[in-house]
Parts: sequence; C-alpha cells; structure tokens
Amino acid sequence: MRRSAFRTEPLYLVFAALGGLVLLFIIAPLMSMFVNCSLPELAETLRDNEVRSSIWLTLWTSMAATVIFAIAAIPFSYLLARKDFPLKGLVTGIIDLPIVIPHSAAGIALFGVLSRSTLLGRAAEKMGFGFVGTSFGIMAAMAFVSIPYLVNAARDGFLAVDERLEKAALNLGAGPLRVFLTISVPLAWRPILSGLILMWARGMSEFGAVLIIAYRPMITPVLIYERFGAFGLKYARPVAVLFVSVCLVFFIMLRLLAKGEKVAER
Amino acid sequence: MRPSQYFVLLGASGVGKSVLLETVAGLIQPDSGRIFLGGKDITEEKIQNRKIALVFQNSTLFPHITVYDNVAYPLRCKNLKGERIRQRVIELAEEFGFTGLLKRSPQTLSGGESQRVSLARAVASEPRCLLLDEPISSLDAKVRPEMHALLRKISANGQTIVHVTHDYTEAVSLATHIAVMEGGSIAQMGTVEEVFQRPKSEFVARFVGIRNFFRGRLEESREREADTRRFTTGGLDFSVLTDSSGGNGFVCIRSEDVTISNAASRTSARNNFQGTIVDIEPVGVGVEVIVDIGTEVAALITVESVEALELHCGKKVWVSFKASAVKYIEQ
Repeated sequence: MRRSAFRTEPLYLVFAALGGLVLLFIIAPLMSMFVNCSLPELAETLRDNEVRSSIWLTLWTSMAATVIFAIAAIPFSYLLARKDFPLKGLVTGIIDLPIVIPHSAAGIALFGVLSRSTLLGRAAEKMGFGFVGTSFGIMAAMAFVSIPYLVNAARDGFLAVDERLEKAALNLGAGPLRVFLTISVPLAWRPILSGLILMWARGMSEFGAVLIIAYRPMITPVLIYERFGAFGLKYARPVAVLFVSVCLVFFIMLRLLAKGEKVAER
Repeated sequence: MRPSQYFVLLGASGVGKSVLLETVAGLIQPDSGRIFLGGKDITEEKIQNRKIALVFQNSTLFPHITVYDNVAYPLRCKNLKGERIRQRVIELAEEFGFTGLLKRSPQTLSGGESQRVSLARAVASEPRCLLLDEPISSLDAKVRPEMHALLRKISANGQTIVHVTHDYTEAVSLATHIAVMEGGSIAQMGTVEEVFQRPKSEFVARFVGIRNFFRGRLEESREREADTRRFTTGGLDFSVLTDSSGGNGFVCIRSEDVTISNAASRTSARNNFQGTIVDIEPVGVGVEVIVDIGTEVAALITVESVEALELHCGKKVWVSFKASAVKYIEQ
C-alpha cells in the first residue's frame, strides 16, 4: 500500500527529480575529471616521486593528527555528554567554531601562535621541532579544522549510551576510569569510529589552513593547487584523480570496517 | 535492619521505593538525611566503594560482552587472578542455573534468564547488602516460583537483602521483615506476622488487604493438581484448595470471605468453627467482627447483618469460609 502510494504521489516524484539534480551536481564533475584523465597520464603521475611522497605525507599526517588529538578529544566528549558545568553552551559553541571560520583565516590564526616568533614556537624549537613548514605544522592545521567532527560524533555516541549501565558498573565496584574504558567507550565505539573516520577524511582534504602554515613539505591538495597554477588543468588533473581515488579506497574500507563491527556486535 | 535479614519494602507504585534504594546505593544524592551501613555513615561514600549491589527491574546486563564476562565483571574489579575468576563464575552459574548460557550475549536471554544472571553478577560483587528493585515484577507468572526459590537460597546463604515490591504475596513468600511505605515514609515495620496480623493504621490494613493471616504447615501431597489439603496452625485445621506440594507457609483469608451465623448449617463452606465474639468494630465499608475460635478471625459484614443476627461481644457464633477462599503462600 505505502509503496504504491509513494510511487503515484506526484509531489514525491518532484522531490525525487530534485534529488537527482543534487546527485548529478556532485557526481558529474568528478566523473568528468575521471573521464578526461587518460591512463598513460595517470601511469606517468603514479611514477612521479613528488606526487607519491605528497600522497603518503597527506595520509600519515592526517592519520597522526586524528590519533593524537583523539586522546584528548574522546574523554572531553564524554564530559560534554555526561556532565553539566558553567558555560557549557559556550564551550559547545567554541568546539563548532572551526567549521564556520574560513580555513585560510584559521591558518592565519594558527600561524599567529605557532610561528617562530611566538612563545609556543620558540619552546618547540628548543625541543628540536618547529611548526612552520614542517609535518607538525600540517598536523596542527589539519586537526584545527577537523576536530569538531570527532568531538561531536563522540559526544552523540556517549549520549546514546544508557547511563544506567554506567551506574550499574559503578555499583558493582568499578572505578570511574574502568567504567569509562570498559563500558562507555566500547558501547559508544561505532559513533566514535565514524567520528575518527570523518576527522581523518576532513584533515586529509584540508587545503587553506595547511597552505599558510606549511606550503612545504607539500601535501597533495597543495600540490594540486601548485600544478594548476604553474602548469594548468592538464597537469593538475591526474594528481587530483589519483588522490581522490586513494581517499575513496581508504574511506570505503573504513566505512565497511565500521559496518562490520556493527554486524559483529549483534 | 540487621544483617542476614530479608527485608521487603512494600508499597504502591510511586511512593518512592525505587528512589530510596537508589539513594542507598548512591546513584542519587539525598537532599537531607544520612545513610548508615554497619554503624558507619556512608552518605558521602562513592558508589563504587559502598559495597551495595542493586538489581533493577529491567536488565542492566552489559550488552557488549558475554554472560560470562558480565558475571566476571565485579570479580575483575577486585583484581582477582584469572583462574580464581573463572572458578567463581562457573560456581555462580551452577548455583543460579545458567551454566549453558555463559557464552551467550545478554540480548539473546529471556527475562527470567537475564534476572538470574543479574542476580549472580550482583552476588559476585560480594555486597554487604543486596538491593532488589522489583526484580520479578516484569517476569512471567510461570518463572516467578523459581525466582522466589532462588532468592530464598541467596538469603539462606546469609546475604542481607532489601527487596522492593508492590506485591504482598511476594513479600509474604520471601520476607523475614516487612516495611509498608505510605506517601514517601514508612508506615509500619516489623516481622511478617506483626505487620499482617496487627496492622497499625487503616492504611496498612487496607494495603496489606488481608486481616486473617496464619503461619503453619500444609500437609504434604504428591498430587500435581489442585486439591483440598489440610493446613495446620496453632491447633486448628483449615481446608485449603491449593496445588502447592506442601510445607511451611502462610494462609490468608480476606475478611470479606468470612461469614458468621448463629447456628451450624450445611453449606458448601469446608471450614466451620465455633467461637466467641471478642470485638465488633465499624470500619469504612461495614463492620468488622472479631471471633476467637482458638485464634482470632476477622469477618467483614454489613451493619444490617449485625442487627439481624443480634451480634454482640461475648456471643457464641459459627464462623465459616470456603476452602477456595483460603490462599496458601509458600515460604
């Protein structure tokens, strides 16, 4: 009954047509990019050392940024989900801030605190590393723009965990840290994992903030921009195709992994 | 209350029974008042250090780990050795009858199975006091007797238990001591007999609902089907219609089911006793007549009947009630 009603209702046909347009808008440019890139071009780009090292750099810096910041972000998300404290609304707002500010502006802001002339920059230099023009700077820029995705996903995940289970665990003699590690995190694991994937993917695709802090070493989005500026579309396109493909493979793999966990839990 | 008691808090829903338990367990901080355990003030004590285990009406088994790991959870919190944990879990599974379920996920268990595992997990934490929040209420009537038996077994091991329920038969069946709650406070507290036989207030009397309440012994029977059996209490024999296999317990008879007559008459009532009226007291819906037949029996009759039968204190009358009006509660 519901199916046939759905099919015959003209309004929904209009909605479906509109949806098709949106999908087309996303898929068409990507398709044309792939179609316009010949295989020999792609093979040549694959052999290009500069391209290969930039893809590798992008992958590992975004992953490292995600893992390092997750250590602080996941417990913080738990706090946001479970406890009330003064100015909580403000704190939640601050977390979302990186999403709304332009990423080039984010880069400028980060540069202001991480450059060699600042306290933080000098302290890092003394310890033997710097931020400007290094992989640490890339990670900082990536984390800055992508951390809201992890915090929000993890917080929603913790909110969905029945608080009675945590109380039951405390009641059985478990300390709060044990409850957090053995009850809360495992039960919120899937939203956390999908937050991690989102943060990682967002970090990997970051351009503006990274460009300002570390033009070199060159991550792939910057490399694409540079090749486009210096040599034009024809040279930038194969790099873009390659990078998008690599991202898609990883993205789909991790999504499947997250889904597999869901099935295993049943 | 004292150690090793089985204490039942009896009250209608919404009088704050669950809140009381959660406050004792530390899940809720009280606005006022103090909580003492073994003479020590534990009001500010952290939940995990109270050693008070709470079993809820709905399962709080951890859904992401197996039944085995659930029962092992409190043991791991005590940092016991792996082998010791394994022994104890298997021991508890045997005692609580779920050895075959250890590898299962809690989500695949029936209501009765979940509650047995929950109880085992609570007992594994070796609480100084075990709190039960209507642990049986959401279960099928079929599995209740075995849950009662299990709870009696836990109690027999010396475990102090506080059990909250709205079901008086459950209270009678399990409790050594009972407290009746009214409007957020305790209306009466005492042994099962004290509360049921001598309710202190109208509220308690109405809530426990039965004025005639006797401890005694039901004759043993191998019959599976319901039958009229003899119940002996304080030198009197009652005929009871029951399918219970016999043993120690209580019988109760609602005062509405007891009739009074001036002469012995042939009726369908299997229980007929002669006695003397010791009290006639008007209650809200009629008159309560107390007759001494060797023990005191209350009959609730109308004002008209009192006049028609010319009842007065000291008069000899006959008291009758049907075997089917006598309810046997195993203990």
